[in-house]
Amino acid sequence: MTDFAAQQPGLDPLAMPPPGAIVEDIRQARRRAGVRFALAFALTWIVLVGGMALAIASTGRVHPDFIAEHLPFFLGGIPLTIFVSVASIIFATGFALIGALGRISRNPVIYGIASLYVSLVRGTPLVVQIFFIYSALPQFGIVLPAIVAGVFALSFNYGAYMTEIFRAGIQAVPRGQLEAASALGMTERHTMRRIVLPQAVRIVIPAIGNEFIAMIKDSALVSFVALQELFWRTRTVGAANFASFETLLFAAIVYWVLTIFFSLFQERLEKRMAQSDRRP
Amino acid sequence: MAIATEPRTSAPELVLELQNVHTYYGRIRALQGVSLEVRKGEIVTLIGANGAGKTTILKTISGLLHAREGQVRFQGADITQRAAHDLVKLGIGHAPEGRRIFSRLTVYENLQMGAFTRTRAEAQEDVERMYSLFPRLRERSRQQGGSLSGGEQQMLAVARALMSRPSVLLLDEPSLGLAPILIQEVFSIIQEINTRGTTVLLVEQNALQALNIAQRGYVLQTGRVIKADTADRLAADPDVRRAYLGEI
Repeated sequence: MTDFAAQQPGLDPLAMPPPGAIVEDIRQARRRAGVRFALAFALTWIVLVGGMALAIASTGRVHPDFIAEHLPFFLGGIPLTIFVSVASIIFATGFALIGALGRISRNPVIYGIASLYVSLVRGTPLVVQIFFIYSALPQFGIVLPAIVAGVFALSFNYGAYMTEIFRAGIQAVPRGQLEAASALGMTERHTMRRIVLPQAVRIVIPAIGNEFIAMIKDSALVSFVALQELFWRTRTVGAANFASFETLLFAAIVYWVLTIFFSLFQERLEKRMAQSDRRP
Repeated sequence: MAIATEPRTSAPELVLELQNVHTYYGRIRALQGVSLEVRKGEIVTLIGANGAGKTTILKTISGLLHAREGQVRFQGADITQRAAHDLVKLGIGHAPEGRRIFSRLTVYENLQMGAFTRTRAEAQEDVERMYSLFPRLRERSRQQGGSLSGGEQQMLAVARALMSRPSVLLLDEPSLGLAPILIQEVFSIIQEINTRGTTVLLVEQNALQALNIAQRGYVLQTGRVIKADTADRLAADPDVRRAYLGEI
């Protein structure tokens, strides 16, 4: 060290900070840069959102007190919105699992049924499906309560999209593992249940999180079957009082906050799931 | 063994026996009448070039493939047409080529899957045994299998196959893709497993090292056994040295 330094003019080992201090400096500089970025980001949002709010308020045609007046009624729709979303995503997962097993089946009839399900459901609008189940089925004597019709329509529809997610997840498990499972004494059924599905679930969880966030927003469609969730309440009150702007804006903000909340939750979940991916 | 009529032989009992086995991939004949035997407590190695049929022999024994002609016998019983999942219960463990660990399951879960045919309590006990045999796996127990290094994955594959407590362990190219120092480690672990009472049938490209730890070996060429001898004599055989040990 000293020999080397002696040959280098201007490189005095005593004047150089110890390597640990340099690492600490870099770390601090990075942290400061991170804080600056976060502050600028927050400021940008405040300016944009605040600017929009001011612009709206300056028209003088908006009555925030109208929202305040009906606030308990509007917020009372949130539990139903969340219930419909959660119930639908759970049933959709069930449909998707069965659908995916059908889509990887070598039996042409089972494969055909699963493929028809995906094609038909993805090929028709969700609104049409909801009305179909609620309004068209009664012609055949099948009358479903609104909540059942709504959850069924949403989960049946999402199940078709998620079928393809699950299928991809299952097929992402390398084929060699199937042979390995067989060499460990597993039958095909056991391999699917103990090897393929557990790994497929880890692969598809982020995608299911996305579907759930989309579901929260699409749950507004069940207002068409007169379920008094968030959107139904705001729309009904707003239309009756010529206050559509206030009520729709309010509904949009609540949906936005809900999705932000669940995005954060999803981020946490993904971080936890990724823990076993990393080397300690 | 106490029965007097039993012919007294100096060699230990026969564990595995292949008699004139022909195995096909569709219409391609991969094994053309292979006969070999493995006795209790032995390490027997199969050597030969790529495509000679080494992996096919292991798959035919463990039931991943079935012989179209000939017979595979395990501890005296005909197992030629038995399914792979039955054979694990009988005591045949197979660590297939290329490791094939369950990449998104944790190390611990991988080991558990190996003990699939046994009870939970037994499995728990054996996970501990494997951790003592492979301390590296204990450190990594909660990591996903796919995040392990090549050598660690190979150890996991061997440990997983041992979790079924096989009496015979079929090892397919355990040194494949490993650094020389790790190859040494894997081979000494194979010896350790063998001294603890497991019979080993080892397929290797690394012929010299395989013959070094084996008692006997078979040399394969295009689906046939062309030489069968003790490991020492095979290692000294000029033909073998020329063909598989890289000597001119």
